[in-house]
Amino acid sequence: MSALLAGALLPLLATVAAQPASIASAHGLDGSAAEWLWLLPALPLLGALLNGGLALWPHVRPARVDDHSDGAVGASLASREAATSTRLAGTRWLTSLIGPGVMLLAFGFAVALFFIMRGAGTLESPFVRDYATWMPVGALAITWGLQLDQLSVLMALVITGVGFLIHVFSVGYMASDGGYARYFAYLNLFVAAMLVLVLGSSYPVLFVGWEGVGLASYLLIGFWFSERANADAGRKAFIVNRIGDFGFLVAMFLLFSTTGALDFVGAHAALGAASPAVFTALALFLFLGCAGKSAQLPLYIWLPDAMAGPTPVSALIHAATMVTAGVYLVARAAPIFSAAPQVSLFICLIGATTALFAATIAMRQWDIKKVLAYSTVSQLGYMFVAVGAGAYSAGVFHLVTHAFFKALLFLGAGAVIHAMHAAYHHAHQHDQDAQDLRNMGGLRRHLPITSVTMWIATLAIAGVPPLAGFFSKDEILSAVFVRAQGSPLAGASLLGVPGSVVLYLIYALGIVTALLTAIYMTRLMLLAFTGENRTGERAAAGLHEAPWIMAVPMVVLALLSVVGGWLNLPELMPLGPTQRLADWLEPVTGGASRLLGGSAHVDHSTELALIGGAIAVAVLGIGIAFARYRTPLPDKDHAPVDTGFAALVTDAYRVDAGLDRTVVQPLGAFSARVLWQGIDVRLDRAFVAGARALARAAGQAHDALGAGDVGRYAWVIALGVVALLAAFTLR
Amino acid sequence: MLGDALIVSAVLFAIGVVGVLTRRNAIILFMCVELMLNAVNLSFVTFAKLHGVGGHVFVILVMTIAAAEAAVGLAIVISVFRHFGAVDLQQLKLLRR
Repeated sequence: MSALLAGALLPLLATVAAQPASIASAHGLDGSAAEWLWLLPALPLLGALLNGGLALWPHVRPARVDDHSDGAVGASLASREAATSTRLAGTRWLTSLIGPGVMLLAFGFAVALFFIMRGAGTLESPFVRDYATWMPVGALAITWGLQLDQLSVLMALVITGVGFLIHVFSVGYMASDGGYARYFAYLNLFVAAMLVLVLGSSYPVLFVGWEGVGLASYLLIGFWFSERANADAGRKAFIVNRIGDFGFLVAMFLLFSTTGALDFVGAHAALGAASPAVFTALALFLFLGCAGKSAQLPLYIWLPDAMAGPTPVSALIHAATMVTAGVYLVARAAPIFSAAPQVSLFICLIGATTALFAATIAMRQWDIKKVLAYSTVSQLGYMFVAVGAGAYSAGVFHLVTHAFFKALLFLGAGAVIHAMHAAYHHAHQHDQDAQDLRNMGGLRRHLPITSVTMWIATLAIAGVPPLAGFFSKDEILSAVFVRAQGSPLAGASLLGVPGSVVLYLIYALGIVTALLTAIYMTRLMLLAFTGENRTGERAAAGLHEAPWIMAVPMVVLALLSVVGGWLNLPELMPLGPTQRLADWLEPVTGGASRLLGGSAHVDHSTELALIGGAIAVAVLGIGIAFARYRTPLPDKDHAPVDTGFAALVTDAYRVDAGLDRTVVQPLGAFSARVLWQGIDVRLDRAFVAGARALARAAGQAHDALGAGDVGRYAWVIALGVVALLAAFTLR
Repeated sequence: MLGDALIVSAVLFAIGVVGVLTRRNAIILFMCVELMLNAVNLSFVTFAKLHGVGGHVFVILVMTIAAAEAAVGLAIVISVFRHFGAVDLQQLKLLRR
């Protein structure tokens, strides 16, 4: 299929080839379909525009229905959406076609690109195309450039592939929502921005995508904005990310002042001779950006709140793709991070701490989506452990497998919530919480497909062989263990603590997190799907399995969660070709990886022991969960109130409340007292009132001049003539 | 000879200017403007003695315009008088507030 596509596109390439190429030397992909790389983000963008047009269509010509639209704009839009949902049914099929359709096309193109790249042999350098000049400023010429290499094509495959499945799922999940077309417009916009992020050939273009996904995330978290909590969650995500973006921007400024270039190829090459301090600062500021986007300590606080959006959004943006952008950035900027071993060690430690911290919170959450949200934060921590340890391919591997099983878990949660809503709707119990695990129980009988697929994902994330998560998590942990002895990373130190000790600590944290992961995921499954049903008899009659359009994507993701590990089998387990992903990414991250990892290795028996330990931990965790969470449970309304430490964990260590007291409220008070009352009001008086007085004085002067007194005009004219004559005479 | 004519012209012009600046009656103002025009005419013919016939041409032109201006101006003055019952320019401040 790829060959066919390439053949069909080849005659069209003459026009594109005429454009200036940024690299002079010939590249293996010159003249191939890769020249049409811009199509990849352009397709979802087109979908976003079309769906956006469909979403606005009824509002351009408002219905005759009087909607008393003098209220808040947002509320009136939401109510209008509800009012026009039936009328929209006419264009709904079009949205259902465009939304997933452009994703399928983009996925097909990404697959074609992948096979073309495989066919082109080993490509040592990325394929870069500049399509237009963006900011020509002095010596700096930032271009709209896209870059295709092994890492970006892999990311594009995950984004379009998983993205397509989630689009299909959304067709079912959002079917009765009034904002159907608006939803798909945002979702397509997100994918377009995400593709710009992973395909951009320079830091500024990546940043455009980075901000674009932030925007789409904000729009989708606050999708049901008529409820204040949802809109607040969207704003929180945006503001917390802004802190990270500040770091990213500073890193770009520093990079430009050091090298004078901002494109990946040029800047990384020009950095060669920079001082270690520059590398350290660059890596730290870049990581601040990553910590914001990828929800690492202490900037993780927005992600649990982001669950306010529709569940497929949580699956796509806040689990599978956007939140992994930070991991992608570290891998992309591997030449910078690998030259700053202290920062890498720091990232590794932050990742491990985040992983454990979030896992403990996930242990005691009752909201099904909150469990998954904290689980995502925890798994992202694992990825940062990997990229911090310089095992970039392991981090990207976990990114891919996590995209499969976490997207599946979220879609499964979506199917559960969908069924719970329908059940409560059926029983007219609209005040019940459809997301609370205490209200579920025994759903296996009503949602068999969801149950089975989610169990697969649970086993995958818990690290049970031979599912995907086992291989990727094991690779991360063994990479950390291996590097703890004899690697340059172990030689570095963090605040006086030798790197070796830090790495062993990180390994221990990782193992404990793996145990907790197995426990909390099994707990979720047991509470939701086994035991007695707690919805009440009337509601239980309304429970139903997800329709096929939602079930099929889940089944596909379940298959991927099973076989995903085959992407990168460890050499110890030759169940097929080993190390394929690592070999594939070798030209991008291989050098940087060896710079941190050196030639450190452990013997096979140790490695086997590590693997055995990992499996034991997973099985132990599942066993603990089975022993502990199979007892009957009162439903949410009758649940006992947590006390002591348990309550602290249930409240996520009250971080939000603490931040509110230490940061938000002082900031608010400072703004109100100093910035507003102290400065703004005074400036107001000085400038606004001053400007008013000035204008008034000028007006009065003019008024006196134009008094309508002809005699005075004559005097002015006469004096003017005298003045002119004097000026000419005395010149 | 030429100098005397120019001095007369300047004096006439100054008298006209002072009249325009100090008097309020529209008719008197009008007459002062005519005085200024004729002062200029005098200097035109004086200079025509030196520079050729161009000055005379201008004098004819100025007289023509002055005649037209007088006709229109007097008509306006009459209509102002009919409206306000006076021709005092101090009272003509319709454009004020």
